[in-house]
Amino acid sequence: MPSISVRNLTKRFRSLKAVDDVSFEVRDGEYLCVLGSTGSGKTTLLRLISGIIQPTEGEILFGGVDVSNIPTEERNAVYVPQTYALFPHLTVLKNVAYGPLSKEVPRPEAEESALKVLRMVRLDARADAYPNELSGGMQQRVALARGLASGSNTLLLDEPLGALDIRLRLELRTELRRLAKESGLTVIHVTHDQEEAMTIGDRILVLRHGKLQQHSTPFHVYNRPGNIFVANFVGNSNFLEGIVENREVIGSVIRLRENLRVNVADVSFEPEEPVVVAVREEKLSISPRARDDKENRFSGEVEAIHFLGEWTRYTVRLVNGDQVAARVPIGSPVKAVAVGDWVSVSFNPVHTHVYESPTIGLQRELEVY
Amino acid sequence: MSEAVLRRLDELSSNQLSKRLAYMGSIFFLVFFILLPPVLGISLKIGLVGQVLQDAALLDRAKAAIFYSFAIAFGVATLDLVLALPMAWIIARGNSKWRNVMDALADIPFIIPTVALGFSTLLFWSGTGPLSLLGFSVQPGLPLILLLHFAFSYPVIVRVMVGELLAYNVIYETAAKTLGAKAFTIARTVTLPLLRPGLIAAFLLAFARSLSETGATVMVAGVFENGPVFIKNAKDAGLEGPMVLVSFTLIIFSVTVFALIRLLGPRLKLPLNRVLPGLEAKLSSRRTVNMRDGATLAIFALFVLAPSIYITFPALGALTDGTIQNALSGRGIWSEYWQAMALSYTIGAVATIINVVTGLPVAILIARKRLGKLATTVLDAAVNIPIVVPSVALGVSLSFFWRSFGFLPEFWIIVFAHTTITYTYFVQAMAASIEGIPEEMEETARTLGSRPLMVFRRIIVPLTKYSIFSGAILTFTRSVDETGATTAVSQSLKTAPVLLVSWVKHVVPATTSDIALGIAFLVLTSFASLLALRLVVYRRSK
Repeated sequence: MPSISVRNLTKRFRSLKAVDDVSFEVRDGEYLCVLGSTGSGKTTLLRLISGIIQPTEGEILFGGVDVSNIPTEERNAVYVPQTYALFPHLTVLKNVAYGPLSKEVPRPEAEESALKVLRMVRLDARADAYPNELSGGMQQRVALARGLASGSNTLLLDEPLGALDIRLRLELRTELRRLAKESGLTVIHVTHDQEEAMTIGDRILVLRHGKLQQHSTPFHVYNRPGNIFVANFVGNSNFLEGIVENREVIGSVIRLRENLRVNVADVSFEPEEPVVVAVREEKLSISPRARDDKENRFSGEVEAIHFLGEWTRYTVRLVNGDQVAARVPIGSPVKAVAVGDWVSVSFNPVHTHVYESPTIGLQRELEVY
Repeated sequence: MSEAVLRRLDELSSNQLSKRLAYMGSIFFLVFFILLPPVLGISLKIGLVGQVLQDAALLDRAKAAIFYSFAIAFGVATLDLVLALPMAWIIARGNSKWRNVMDALADIPFIIPTVALGFSTLLFWSGTGPLSLLGFSVQPGLPLILLLHFAFSYPVIVRVMVGELLAYNVIYETAAKTLGAKAFTIARTVTLPLLRPGLIAAFLLAFARSLSETGATVMVAGVFENGPVFIKNAKDAGLEGPMVLVSFTLIIFSVTVFALIRLLGPRLKLPLNRVLPGLEAKLSSRRTVNMRDGATLAIFALFVLAPSIYITFPALGALTDGTIQNALSGRGIWSEYWQAMALSYTIGAVATIINVVTGLPVAILIARKRLGKLATTVLDAAVNIPIVVPSVALGVSLSFFWRSFGFLPEFWIIVFAHTTITYTYFVQAMAASIEGIPEEMEETARTLGSRPLMVFRRIIVPLTKYSIFSGAILTFTRSVDETGATTAVSQSLKTAPVLLVSWVKHVVPATTSDIALGIAFLVLTSFASLLALRLVVYRRSK
């Protein structure tokens, strides 16, 4: 039985639908990452699950039981906001013991279990410190420890690493997952950072404007993005607009602008249907000689080159006017290419994804906010 | 309270119905004990207005008194805003090591009871005051009322604007400075426009304080009458009609004026965009700034500080001329004085307890906007009504209302009047404090398993305990100090400030030493109670 089931959940704030008919399930002990940009409804979703706010429509079930009428304090789902909300007037130990004490566990036992959890997060030495005496990373660990010590089996983390610097964020995200898994917790972790979601989540749920876009494993979300938005939001993709010219058994041919033809592995669209072809930047190869004599090989002029550390990103204007970008790992055998050079760009049909052309236009569909 | 009872109450707080009942109870109190009595009280007697309308001379006197009330309040608040703002600037932004001292001194007229301020001002500017040595004095009447109101409204502006300036993000000023603007230009075009809500609030508070003040004004008014003095004189003469007319008009006008300033103030546009580089560079020069600071300090010392503390001299004199012995032995007029003091403190304590118990839920409703945006705005405005309306007018109306219940003892009528007058202070202080606690903290506590009352006890109360005590202290001292409404409400019972006004007005034969010592006791006991409360808070917090 799933730990949490969300069914047709909608939350309206006046005319704004912050969460729009969202349904999904979280398995017992699963680490789910909810990925979305600012205003996508991630935090509202967490607050609905915790019972801090009530849904306009739909239902939430914990272990198969509808929790609509169960107050927040009885749901056993601890909410950890981005600011951690550590109680400034209580020491670290008392903050962590707060949950058990609220559930009427006698003080010595509550403090003992708090200390045990503090040992787990390696903060037992700071048990008597006040929150304002701790660094951001320590505060984050105290917030987590408080959740763990509460005895709840569900943690609702709202951008838990958002306020930390990049190094600490990388360090703590593996620790977060380790602690959750060791404690057998079900976690819903909200983030706008796709890399964070990929690294920690058992599964990822992508939200946009309150609507669920895709709910799957990190591998699937990355390699089989459910729609144009996900393909753009998770990873970096090129998008080429065209029309299906013909459909064969093992693939289709898409006609781009200026009669440029692209072979794709997808066979789900009928001839003459307008479509968008997506291909990841790292799936594009680049070679210094401008040739278009092979399948999916096009010539174009290099417009920009950006050095990105492990990658070099080449922006190329194809002969038909479309712009594409290729990420090439440093050390790849690409001979010296400079801005203004003519090169050829190629990709394998199996690395393409084809989507129905959006009615609102490609650019609007790609907008993150 | 026993553990079992607390646990039961905690459980009850999770129940929607009991939560609603607690909030509804506090709103019921607000509506039926704070807001409706002043409205209904005056409505009961509105028929008496006819008496005044038939007497042309009395009507003219009433009209003039109402006009002067608003004219004085408007003039004084404007003058205070202009002259006290530089003082706030010196305290908030100055580099002087004396600024903490100046900060404390600026508060003096605010924390001493207005009756003390009135008598001190009267003595300072009188023919026997220090300025009489230079052949200068101001006799009771309009000019002395203006000087008094200027002095007690001044710290209101300083207090509000120092808070605003300290909370203001100086990054905007830094940005303007790097763009080449001079200090004066920055203040005029960046800082002050951004502080406009604070300026409006400060102006309104100074305006309300002037409009409402009664006890001290009566002392320095002589034969001149503004609204509150007129009401006091009418009450002494037993003329209910004129009292109703002036009170009713003051209530309606003051609520209207406040609503208009609140609505239109934010839209007020001044020609702030034009920059006059030459003139403003001169005004920003070190020399001009020094001159401005010098003038500000001189005005403060002469018109605010000196008149406020002058009473110390006759009070010290009372220690050597035998008055202190009479006072301590309770001889003559002093017996009534000590009874009045006991009454003042009892009423203050009871009114404070009522306000804490009934005001806290309302403060939470406002701070957390539990009723939605519109209803919260309405509730917030309703809570402010008691300080907007002149206290003596409020007192007249409350007196009519509560006396219509024949069985109610006078003590409780005064308590209810004080509860109404001080309600705003506690609720607003608490609402501001609760608003300062991130709501996420409460939400997180609840997801950790805390029931609403437990969150209140373990999170909100510890984090706001100083505000609760400060709010309670403010309510208590405001009640002990209250003169206007008590004058209107009381018949046989006299609180200390009301008694002291009668001493000054020579209703009872009292010497200057008697009055100065009586006021000194009131001030000292006020301070002592504040100190005692502070110590309790300090010890508990340790």
